[in-house]
Amino acid sequence: MKPFTTLTAIAAPFDQPNIDTNQLCPTRFNKVPRGPRYAAVLFHDLRFNADGSEKDFVLNREPYRSAGIIVADRNFGCGSSRESAVYALYEFGISCVIAPSFGDIFANNCGKNGLLPVMLPTAEADAIRRQLNANVGATLTVDLAAQTVTDVEGEVHRFDIHPVRRKCLLEGLDDVDRTRQYLPAIEAFETSYRRERSWLY
Amino acid sequence: MALTMFEKIWARHVVTIDEGEALLYVDRALIHEGSSHAFDSLREQQRAVFRPRQIFAFNDHYVPTTGRDKGAAGIANPDIRDMVLRLGANAAAHDITLFGIDHPQQGILHIVPPEQGITQPGLLMVGADSHSSTHGAFGCLSFGVGASEMFHVMATQTIWQRKPKTLRIVLEGAPGFGVSAKDLILAIIARIGVGGGVGHVIEYAGSTVRGLSMEARMTICNMTIEAGGRAGMMAPDETTFTYIADRPYAPKGAVRDDALAFWKMLPSDDGAVFDKTVTLDAAAVAPMVTWGTNPEQALPITETVPDPRDARDEVQRAEYQSAIDYMALAPGMALSGIKIDRVFIGSCTNARIEDLRAAAAVAKLGRAQVPAWVVPGSRSIQHQAEQEGLDKIFTAAGFEWREPGCSLCTALNGDQLQPGERCASTSNRNFKGRQGTGGRTHLMSPAMAAAAALRGRFTDVRELAAKG
Ligand code: SF4
Repeated sequence: MKPFTTLTAIAAPFDQPNIDTNQLCPTRFNKVPRGPRYAAVLFHDLRFNADGSEKDFVLNREPYRSAGIIVADRNFGCGSSRESAVYALYEFGISCVIAPSFGDIFANNCGKNGLLPVMLPTAEADAIRRQLNANVGATLTVDLAAQTVTDVEGEVHRFDIHPVRRKCLLEGLDDVDRTRQYLPAIEAFETSYRRERSWLY
Repeated sequence: MALTMFEKIWARHVVTIDEGEALLYVDRALIHEGSSHAFDSLREQQRAVFRPRQIFAFNDHYVPTTGRDKGAAGIANPDIRDMVLRLGANAAAHDITLFGIDHPQQGILHIVPPEQGITQPGLLMVGADSHSSTHGAFGCLSFGVGASEMFHVMATQTIWQRKPKTLRIVLEGAPGFGVSAKDLILAIIARIGVGGGVGHVIEYAGSTVRGLSMEARMTICNMTIEAGGRAGMMAPDETTFTYIADRPYAPKGAVRDDALAFWKMLPSDDGAVFDKTVTLDAAAVAPMVTWGTNPEQALPITETVPDPRDARDEVQRAEYQSAIDYMALAPGMALSGIKIDRVFIGSCTNARIEDLRAAAAVAKLGRAQVPAWVVPGSRSIQHQAEQEGLDKIFTAAGFEWREPGCSLCTALNGDQLQPGERCASTSNRNFKGRQGTGGRTHLMSPAMAAAAALRGRFTDVRELAAKG
């Protein structure tokens, strides 16, 4: 996994709440194997007409084609657990989504793929979106080690993140490596557990 | 100390705790064709499946619902065929139990495990699909995970989790005539909102829940995710134990008593503390339909499409307007007058035998005016329905009786709506394009969907059945 440390990138504002994973990646693309093809899948049905031509959509406009951050409204990534929504963001080049709240599973999936979900209070996320709407193409800076977002006006917003998630993202650590260290504990757990619940085995 | 059922199950599965994250032992994991990404990661990192007997695979999302005589080989679309075959190859390579396309008990990953007794009280289960909350109806902790987490589960049989909060939803009273579990859960979501359960495990309790069948309980737990909940659960009781008894994976003989004794200790203790409690009068719930593009946009069938001007704030006004535009409705339209193009009775929410019985009881009263599909949730349900003659009732009423799978719930297998088509659907999500690009989905119960088929428009099933 690619480490996430700091990022300064163009941020695209998404003002509608409840953007679900089916919009991020329409389900019919789930069969696409992971890789660069997912860049075109992101928001596919909002970005492209049936004949493949482009619709007027924020990510089809300059300079948002090279956006690295999305600032959204509440409940971003709700819906299906399919991780392809995250692959699509990743391949498009988005490494950070800022929103007042996220679908639980989506936020989890982000962290496992080197994407940083940043939860900011509604008022702060709204204010940043207003700035971005007023300054098309403005950049934000996200510093994971410091746990801050610096907005268009230079104001610094602190965010919380679980220390383990932070460590894994900073170091690009895979969860499985982390867990393998506990293998003896898992096996010990199984021994007593299986005795207690013999009917399961 | 008085504990909730969730706390009891959680505590017994903790292997270790690191920085406030618990490493939890996973009893059983459920995967489907979409889990190919997890298998790719196993291959890339050259890892084996740690406990293959505890992983169960299902061909459901991509299987066709007609013309299955030739099995996977008969699937015309090469991409779809490949998804079905790939799961089979991956399952075989890793020695994982597969309910494949040709299996006599094939079906949806949230329908087959309860039928087989794989789902049991007290377990910690994960599934590669957000509706894994369904299994909580048996008093277990079950939730959906993405492909990376599933890869982790397959490699270690554990999962890292932070402890969610608990929300208790108490349902009291007997649901009225024509009101089903689907109406109850739609009413709950309309009440607490699609974000109402975020960060919480929801335990459904109260006299209504105790009076429900396992099928109805599963319908409610299934849609917990639509309220944002991490998992849904219900206390196991005699209804649960009777349902499980004698199923292939159920405990039998001497160990059955051990299992029963354990299961009976699971329900939340008196005085257990939940972070939040919501109460709902089940007797006041009417048959529901969704009018918009998320599941909280649901109303009783007797209502009208809301006016964005009546929204509580700017944000909701914009949401209402965008939903009304997408759904091609107008504020003030009576819901019961809205014409439909298609009907879909199926999905892990509502394709169990009781759902099909409820739909058939209505189908018997007339003839479908629009194309109407009935897609059973599994082969076992299909056979049971055929033994009961339900298939005959459906076909005589002009409904199409199809083969089991996810089908039009998620439109991955080629079954899909055409742009602009309006569908009365018993599935769980009405997001834009969920059933096909440009498709318009209205969620409702099986009886309501069957009623809509007979009239070609949304219909209050209470009125139709009373006349019938
Ligand atoms: S029926 Fe629908 S919700 Fe259920 S598992 Fe299949 S695709 Fe998912």
